[in-house]
Amino acid sequence: MASAGLSLKAPRPRTERVVYWVLLVCGLMSIVTTVGIVAVLLGETVGFFQEVSFAQFFGDTQWTPLFADKHFGIWPLLTATLLTTVVAVVTALGLGLLAAVYLSEFAPERLRRVLKPLLEILAGVPTVVYGYFALTFVTPLLQKFIPGLAGFNALSPGLVMGVMILPIIASLSEDALYAVPASLREGAYALGASRLSAIFRVILPSAFSGIGAAVILGVSRAVGETMIVAIAAGQQPRLTLDPRVPIETLTAYIVQVSLGDTPTGTLEYSTIFAVGMTLFLMTLALNLVASRLRGRILKGELR
Amino acid sequence: MATSEIAAKVSLSKTVEARKVELESMSAAEATAPRKLRTEDLRAWYGTSQALKGITLPILDRHITAIIGPSGCGKSTFIRCLNRMHEFVPGARVEGQVFLDDQDIYEAGVNPVRVRQRVGMVFQKANPFPTMSIRDNVLAGFRLQNLAIRDGNGLAEKALRQAALWEEVRDVLDRPGTSLSGGQQQRLCIARALALEPEVLLMDEPASALDPASTAKIEELMTELKKDYTIVIVTHNMQQAARVSDFTAFLLLGELVELNPTPQLFTTPADPRTEAYITGRFG
Amino acid sequence: MSATATAPPRVRPALTEGMGFSGERIFQAICLIATAVPLLLLLVLVVDVLNDAWPRLTWQFLTSFPSRHPELAGVLAALAGSAYLILLTAAMAIPVGVGAAIYLEEYAPPSRLTRLIELNINNLAGVPSIIYGLLGLGLFVRVLGLGRSLLAGAATMALLLLPMVILASREALRTVPHSLREAGYALGADRWQMLRRVVLPTCIPGILTGIILSLARAIGETAPLITVGALTYVAFLPDSLLSPFTVLPIQIFNWVSRPQTAFHTNAAAGIVILLVLMLILNGVAIWLRVRLQRRYL
Repeated sequence: MASAGLSLKAPRPRTERVVYWVLLVCGLMSIVTTVGIVAVLLGETVGFFQEVSFAQFFGDTQWTPLFADKHFGIWPLLTATLLTTVVAVVTALGLGLLAAVYLSEFAPERLRRVLKPLLEILAGVPTVVYGYFALTFVTPLLQKFIPGLAGFNALSPGLVMGVMILPIIASLSEDALYAVPASLREGAYALGASRLSAIFRVILPSAFSGIGAAVILGVSRAVGETMIVAIAAGQQPRLTLDPRVPIETLTAYIVQVSLGDTPTGTLEYSTIFAVGMTLFLMTLALNLVASRLRGRILKGELR
Repeated sequence: MATSEIAAKVSLSKTVEARKVELESMSAAEATAPRKLRTEDLRAWYGTSQALKGITLPILDRHITAIIGPSGCGKSTFIRCLNRMHEFVPGARVEGQVFLDDQDIYEAGVNPVRVRQRVGMVFQKANPFPTMSIRDNVLAGFRLQNLAIRDGNGLAEKALRQAALWEEVRDVLDRPGTSLSGGQQQRLCIARALALEPEVLLMDEPASALDPASTAKIEELMTELKKDYTIVIVTHNMQQAARVSDFTAFLLLGELVELNPTPQLFTTPADPRTEAYITGRFG
Repeated sequence: MSATATAPPRVRPALTEGMGFSGERIFQAICLIATAVPLLLLLVLVVDVLNDAWPRLTWQFLTSFPSRHPELAGVLAALAGSAYLILLTAAMAIPVGVGAAIYLEEYAPPSRLTRLIELNINNLAGVPSIIYGLLGLGLFVRVLGLGRSLLAGAATMALLLLPMVILASREALRTVPHSLREAGYALGADRWQMLRRVVLPTCIPGILTGIILSLARAIGETAPLITVGALTYVAFLPDSLLSPFTVLPIQIFNWVSRPQTAFHTNAAAGIVILLVLMLILNGVAIWLRVRLQRRYL
């Protein structure tokens, strides 16, 4: 017999150990990435704040680091990001939640199986394509109806971004609606509720947390979106809530500087990292909230 | 008969004996009492499998009718046909007639929502709405039907008293409906159904998930409620049927085997299959 | 206490009331329209782009370098850049991503380190892509001295794709039934042998599908590459790993940013090519998935 007399105590082959370490290193790459992001952002941001005070960053209402008269107030960029995000989320929520209700409560199973993946396609279109569409089709179209709508504005990219994040909100909301237990639906119908009544008074409230998490993730995605706003929103940092004028978002600013000739190591160069840090912290906070919300739903602590 | 079977019969007889006086006066009433609900050759399917094979069963007004039978006999399906809840199951189909006060609820043109506004239901597992307080749960039926509520507090108190829950929750009406114990939640669901003053109350194994103390409370409740409501209860617990119901129907494999006043069915059943079931030979 | 003895009888609505055209039907129609609107918009987008692009969809467009004259400008450099970039990115992302997935699914003990790794992956999946660009700029371009090169761009993209590749590979690994692993062990294999000869061959199609879908997303990525320094006007083909480069989406962006409509036509043509490439990649991924289901189910 080939295995007769084989010692039971033979040492583990070396390849096994090597493989383990190689794979472990691969696993650790994710931690390395996060550390890298934090280190890079933090390093340059610290340098930035050695020359620009917090008061200037949070107190000034102009952002002109590339001009001769330099201002470093973050608010124009922040409000621009918020403006486009609000337009996007309102669009995505308005359409997406209704779509989720349709898929979950009304659509026959076969139609649902076709529509759901179709909606996912919206998320797969490259953002440059959306940007092109916003600039060359949506803006001229809206200009016919909205007086004073500039060639670059917040409304157009906002609407298109809304279509882009719609699958996030629709898909996650539909999951949340689907998860409402049958016993609650039955209870509502047995009390003489019509379909509409049951949906609005029982099913939607029960799915509220799940829908909330979906919206937060949608917001996070919209805040971090770059190309659509870089193409269609403009490059004029401006502190305004008017969606019809050119503005510059946090992300678009980073693109603007990256395309230019800003030499490395200068204050102007470090501004993109300070802006990046702001962006990173915002999306981090949003993602953490959404993640905890979903974790608590899964554990059954919330409805 | 085996000893265990004799024992089963004896115990049921004792239960029925205890209600003797009450039940004796019933036979006169029974002949003249109106039929609140009446099914006529009721058949039901889940897809291609037939769950009810032609049930013709009268339900008397302001009496408690119990539906008993082994699992799978169609009792839950039957009761769900009485308020048009069966049709929510994908692939479900119903044929035959169900008369509520002489109107067929399955007639074309009948709005199922209207049926459920007159025929209420309590489920096996209590299902209070977690997003609503106790008070709002009791009044949920009104909101769901978009009815105006006058004196919500008064309505809630009345329903909670009818469900024998008022004393326990009168000070905590704003707590979520799910913060109560299992037995209390079920009584809350009963209050919720009663608040709408339905004509009929359907109860699908209402106490099977509860402890004996809560079960006793609910059975006590039912005996009070039958003065004002017609009650149909599905139960797999024969003792319970013997304790609370006036009439018992025994279903087997989708067919009605026997319908008789409770004392009669449990002491001298007309059909040998009924006898076999109540003595525990199967099911 | 009788509920009905003293109260006036409730008015009972007729059982036939309320049937017919109701608020519910209207609401259902509204919801259906809400579902259809974005899909229609997508259709409009595609038609509009095709319409704009039509005049420039020529062979000359595919084989020319960019130029100041829109009629002469083409996507050759961009296509080459995209191709090289994707290959390099795949070469970096696949081993690390699949390796990490294997570690997490097959080797990792349930420890704090494992949870930390998983937490990081989930987090990184939600970080905006431009932040990866900043990471690449700070780390690869400056600290590691790679400059604004193909290699720096590929490394950045690899990090960006990592969470996706790991997620997809883990899913694929999970589809292999436990019984197969046990059979491998029972035959005297140690863990790596069992994985290499039993598990991986079974789920390679699934892993491949995930990788191809990640790459399909990668060819559309623009922001991180701009930040890392991909140029917008490249009139040559990349000749080395450290060579400057551009990619198709950046070329499109560059053309769209110019005021002349003629350049917008070029942008539209570039978009058509980009979408076709993505369709091909997605098609391959779906075909693989179908083949996989046929083989193993």
